[in-house]
Parts: sequence; structure tokens; C-alpha cells
Amino acid sequence: MNVTTRPVLLDVDAIRAEFPILRQTVRGKPLVFLDSAASAQKPRAVIDAMVSAMETQYANVHRGLHWMSERTTDAYEGARDAAGRLINARDRREIVFVRNSTEALNLVAHSYGRGVLRPGQAVLISEMEHHSNIVPWQMLRDAHGIELRVAPVTDAGELDLAAFESLLDDGRVGLVSITHMSNVLGTYTPAERIVRIAHAHGAKVMLDGSQAVVHRRVDVQALDVDFYAFTGHKLYGPTGIGVLWARRELLEAMPPFLGGGEMIGTVSWEHTTWAEVPHKFEAGTPAILEAIGLGAAIGFVEGVGYEAIAAHEASLTEHALARLAAIEGLRVLGRAQDRGGVISFTLEGAHPHDVATLLDRQGIAVRAGHHCAEPLMRRFGLQGTARASFGIYTTLGEIDVLADTLLRVREFFA
Amino acid sequence: MFEDLRDLYQEVILDHGRRPRHGHRLAAYDASAKGDNPMCGDRVQVWVKHAADGRIAETGFEARGCAISIASADLMAETVAGSTPAEARALFARFRDMARTGVCIESDTLLERLRPLAGVHAYPSRVKCATLAWHALLAALDGNGEATSE
Repeated sequence: MNVTTRPVLLDVDAIRAEFPILRQTVRGKPLVFLDSAASAQKPRAVIDAMVSAMETQYANVHRGLHWMSERTTDAYEGARDAAGRLINARDRREIVFVRNSTEALNLVAHSYGRGVLRPGQAVLISEMEHHSNIVPWQMLRDAHGIELRVAPVTDAGELDLAAFESLLDDGRVGLVSITHMSNVLGTYTPAERIVRIAHAHGAKVMLDGSQAVVHRRVDVQALDVDFYAFTGHKLYGPTGIGVLWARRELLEAMPPFLGGGEMIGTVSWEHTTWAEVPHKFEAGTPAILEAIGLGAAIGFVEGVGYEAIAAHEASLTEHALARLAAIEGLRVLGRAQDRGGVISFTLEGAHPHDVATLLDRQGIAVRAGHHCAEPLMRRFGLQGTARASFGIYTTLGEIDVLADTLLRVREFFA
Repeated sequence: MFEDLRDLYQEVILDHGRRPRHGHRLAAYDASAKGDNPMCGDRVQVWVKHAADGRIAETGFEARGCAISIASADLMAETVAGSTPAEARALFARFRDMARTGVCIESDTLLERLRPLAGVHAYPSRVKCATLAWHALLAALDGNGEATSE
């Protein structure tokens, strides 16, 4: 068979045209939005899907025996299908809608942590976790007698796999919960190897895919992972909607997280039964419009294609690292082999907040601070960094504007 | 390129931010307190030495933070020397108003010395950078060990 490799190109101008906000100017300058890792901008398809649902077919889901409710339920459940397709879930019932990745992690910490893990067992996380993948486990530790272990990160900003494995050696770790891509270092963690090692030691694995799913195709079956979380608003969708995926047998073994309507079978004073998964974990009226928006965002990302997205991001990252390396006194945090378009840096003589304020004056949006990863900051002896992060709509020209402006920032504080 | 930022980053600010005159721990002191801005991670510790009459003789600080917060701590230490604790508290109230509104009262000679910081009013997220050291100073004068600018 003759296989030709088709060049994967992303027409960034066409993509930018889909994002109305990118036509805005900030302080008289074109917006250079390099803060997508915090929250990404929204394409027309997402905006239209949400507005259209409100204008033409809105009602509560799963309850009304009327046309509007049926249409809305179809759209809401259609978003579940889209989310399942996105990460190749075996079964659409494995997709639980939550508010965001933080809620997904809290759900697992609560329902799996208290319902399935036993006191004396341990949860293993890493040093490069977002606070959302630290604090729920600390709460579980303090309430339920679960030990919390932390796998170190190397100077290069990669997971120390040897240390990680040794922390599993005594067989007491019941769950590993690790980021799939660091929101500070841009490092992709070796998910397949993490899962293989953890399973060999009898531990389940949860991956926080908040960043990873934006940039790479995720296949939960190929990864052989047990739990996967991501959030809509970083994936060009709305806020207030995220996804917890878990193997169906795990969801079925877990007690509910929140109680209320929607999540029950029958309710009586003596005894209440739970709905089938995933509804068991979706108490109350869900984020209907946001789920519909997420469905549209997933359609948008699939339309562009992960091959094109990954190739675009690789070229942006390579260009950015080269330009930043040429700036005297600028230090990029981490140098992982496998990394993506999230770049944290410090500039000698200038505090990250001062850097961010100066960049903002030129219309450039970056984040500055500890990025909800204080332990990682301490690991590198820092209190904060500035962070530029790229999206589907980022251009090489915008990276040049960033680098050129940073040279001027350096002069300003020299 | 950053001409329009000169209202915030005046030469005085950049200078005091780079080379604070009072950015050191006092060998002998009567009161001390820490200030913490948990949102951005900025931290300051302030030491105060009183004169025999109870006035502030000297203030020193150690800080990690942005140019605004360091410069503000340094200008504060410079300005409150010779003030009574009550005068320092009253000055902080006027300083905070200035940081929020940008208005400096012409006849206020003490506040006048802090005028370079008036530019923060245009950057609401940075006002707390300018007030952090003051919260620590007041906590020290009140005998509290900790303060926050939240």
C-alpha cells in the first residue's frame, strides 16, 4: 500500500475568524491573548449553540413530557455522546457531567476515596499538581485516614519515574492521581507508563486532563486509565461544565457525591435508591446550556482535528522557546522532552507581576503568579512566574510580539 | 514603548524598588509583623524601633514582591520616621484613599512624599501591592504578628 503523508496544516487565519473576541483591541493594541491555559476564548459555534438553545429549544432535561424538554434533553445527551467520542469512552454512561475538573477530582476524592479506599491505604500524586489535585486529597487524608504521597519532579520538570515507582512498592497505594499535562511547565506526563506501573502495583489511576485534552488526542481505552477529568472552558467551551470519565464498574461501585433530584431511583422516608450511572452523580438541574456549548466546542475541535492542532502547537512552542532563549536574563521553567505550549518564565530584575503589567499595556495577556501550584513553585525556589500559553488561534507573529516586548520590559527594569 | 506606564512606574518607584534604603531587618526593635498577600504570594516583614517618646524612630523591612510593593514599603519606612503610631495610622488611611482615587491632597506634606504611588489607582489589581507593607506596619504597632492585604 502506498501511504502518502498528508501535511497537516492549520489555517490559523480561518480559525481566528471563528473567534469574535480576537477582533478586539486592548489599550489601543490588537489583543495578543496568551492566557489560554487559564481559560480559552470561545468560537462562534459555541456562542451560537448556546444562544440558539435559549432562543429556540430551552427547557429542563429528563423531566418534561413536552416537546421543548425532549429537544433539550436530546441536545444535552448529545453533548455526552460528543464527550465520550472525544476521549474514546467505551460507553456513553461513563461520562459524568460536572462543573469543572476541580469538581471531578473532588467527586473522585469523596466517592471513591471514602467509599472504596480504606484507611491505611495511600493516594499518590506528583509535585507538579495544580492545587485542585492536591487539596481534595489532603481533605481525604485528614478525614479518612488516607496517606498522601508525592512523587518528585526532576530539575528538567519531568516526573521522576523511578521515585514514582518506588512510592508504589509497598502496595498500599490505592489510587494514583496525576496531571496529564502540567499547567505550569507544559510537561506531558508519560501517561501510558504511569498507568502500567500503577496497575502492576494494584493502584487505579486518575489523570487530570484539563490541559492535555486541549492539545492532544486522548484515548482513555488506549491509555488504559481508570479516571479522566477535563473542563470545558479550556477546550474553547463555556465555564461551568466539565467531564469526569471513569470505567463503568468503578462508577457503579462508588456512592453518590451530591444528593438531590435527578440522581435518585425512588425516594421514601425509609429508603432511597440511586439512579443508574451517570445520573447517580448528576444531582440537581445540570448545566444544560453549558453542556450544549461543550458539545459544540468538541465539534469545533474535532473539525479542526488533533493532528493539525498538535502540529500547530509544536511549531508555536519551538518558536517560542527559541525566541525566549535569546533573551538575556530570561529563564524558562522546565525543559521536558515532551512538552507543549504552556511556558512559564522569570525575567531577571523584574517581578512577574510587573512583567505582566507591562505586557498588558501592549495588549498582551499573560498570567503571572503561582498558577495554583505553590508546592511546585517552592520546588523550583520561586514565588511565581509569568506564563504564556497558546491556543488553536495563536500565531507565530504573536509570539514575536511577546518576545520583542519582553526585550523592552527588560530594558525598562534594567 | 511604555511611556504611558510612567504614571505607575515613576523613576522614584523603580529606584526604590531596585535599591530600597530601608530593606533590612533592624538589629534592635520594639515591634514586628508580617504581611501576606495570599493571592499573589507577596510577603513582607516589618520591624519598628520606637524613640523614648513613643514616636517611630526607625522602620526596616524584608520583602519579596513586585516593584510597587517594595517601593511602597521603602517610601513608607522613610515617611513614618518621626511619626507617632496614631499619626502613622491616620497617614495610612489617607494613603489608602490616594491609592484608590489617585487624588493627593496638596497641603498634606506627609502624603505628598507618597505621591509617586498615586498612579496605582488606575490599576485596581495592584492597589494591594502598595498597601501590603502598611498593613504589616499597623499590625506591628497594634501588637499583632500577622496582617494580610486581602
